[in-house]
Amino acid sequence: MKRFNALWTGELVKVAALVIPLLFGCGISAYAASAGEHGEEGHGGPGEVIMHHILDSNVMAFEPFAEFELPKIVVGGFDISITRHVVFMWIAAVILLLVFGYVGNKYKSIGNSRAPGGIANAMEALVEFIRLDVAKSNIGEGYEKHMPYLLTVFVFILLLNLLGLIPYGAAATGNISVTLTLAVFTFLITQVSAIKANGIKGYLAHLTAGTHWALWIIMIPIEIIGLFAKPFALTVRLFANMTAGHIIILSLIFISFILQSYIVAVFVSVPFAIFIYLIKIFVSFLQAFIFTMLSALFIGLASSHENHEAEAAH
Amino acid sequence: MLTSGIIVLSGGLLDPNPGLIFWTTVTFLIVLFILKKFTWGPMLSALEEREKGIQSSIDRARTAKEEAEEVLKKNRDLLAKADADAEKIIREGKEYGDKLKAEITEKAHSEASRMIASAKEEIEQEKRRALTELRTEVADLAVKGAEKIIMANLDADKQKKIVDSMIQELSQNRN
Repeated sequence: MKRFNALWTGELVKVAALVIPLLFGCGISAYAASAGEHGEEGHGGPGEVIMHHILDSNVMAFEPFAEFELPKIVVGGFDISITRHVVFMWIAAVILLLVFGYVGNKYKSIGNSRAPGGIANAMEALVEFIRLDVAKSNIGEGYEKHMPYLLTVFVFILLLNLLGLIPYGAAATGNISVTLTLAVFTFLITQVSAIKANGIKGYLAHLTAGTHWALWIIMIPIEIIGLFAKPFALTVRLFANMTAGHIIILSLIFISFILQSYIVAVFVSVPFAIFIYLIKIFVSFLQAFIFTMLSALFIGLASSHENHEAEAAH
Repeated sequence: MLTSGIIVLSGGLLDPNPGLIFWTTVTFLIVLFILKKFTWGPMLSALEEREKGIQSSIDRARTAKEEAEEVLKKNRDLLAKADADAEKIIREGKEYGDKLKAEITEKAHSEASRMIASAKEEIEQEKRRALTELRTEVADLAVKGAEKIIMANLDADKQKKIVDSMIQELSQNRN
């Protein structure tokens, strides 16, 4: 009972009120401050704030400390401005280059005779996992030449996912443009390896799915739709997973602001938000893994030879 | 208050942004190529090399084990063979010994019986000789005795009478 009273005095609530905006970045604290005074007019509704958090923008906001306008660049009528998500992609790229540059150097310096230690060892476990459980088991023969792409896409997505979980961070993978681009890379690699494995003729023959010519008018559109459904699924899966988690966390936090109740904040919003946050850590790894896994699977399916499939079909 | 419709209606969520696509492509490709050159290459080759090294160590260990097992097997075979040989030799020795013993015994038996037989023969001969000698001796003695008896009994008148009667008988019979 005493504990409960202590909560009522608001100590923990104050701590939470300080921590939450830090955790979930911009928007909310401003909303909270304005909500009490003039309701929705100041910053719009919670939906707008959530969208503001999730969508890309030209502003790097570190509320309540600072805000930076990012430069707008337009080349040949194309808007290639540096946006928040671009910045986070670059942060991820820099972190990756630093960490893996260090690891690569380690490997060059220690040679093959000694086992690596520390971070190199940790990264080796990851690389070995992708190599054996993702690439080798899904692509099979000739998996080595796809390893750099699979590894890069895995660590890139993973880091982008995780960057969305740090204070003031944003998940670039929660943006459909980013996931679309990555999926297109997988699509291109898949098609190229399919053509390489089967030849142009085999590739075109594959579009008919080996049916009678009378069925081609049905089969060819279906196969082509199937071709594009794969990258589309990759795109939407990653994007929706990353976006949904952010929306859930923000919505949970907003419940307490909407109801204007500390009790709800302490017993509902914060615990559930933390729960979802932990799940999101897991999902960050999971989605990076799934993207890599499916890429490997598609490449493996595309590059398996026709006669193999024919044998399997019989 | 929470207008969920805004999320869908605001549109921004599903709008692809060409600038972002461009930057994603550029960033990703740069990261891909740098990491490929400086990290994945050395790492993967090191992993592969180590895998090969471990595999070859395992293979070597397996061959060594197989060799050791072979040697052990050979040793065991040799030992077993030596055991068998020893047993065979002992058995043969024993057999030979038994045979020899039997032969010697046999020979001794036959020798003994032969000796006994020849001794008996000799004894028999000796006996016969002795008997013959005895007979001649006895005959001589008998003749001498008879001579003596005859000498002592000889009487001229009696003999004359005996001869006369005999002549008479002969002359009677011639008629």
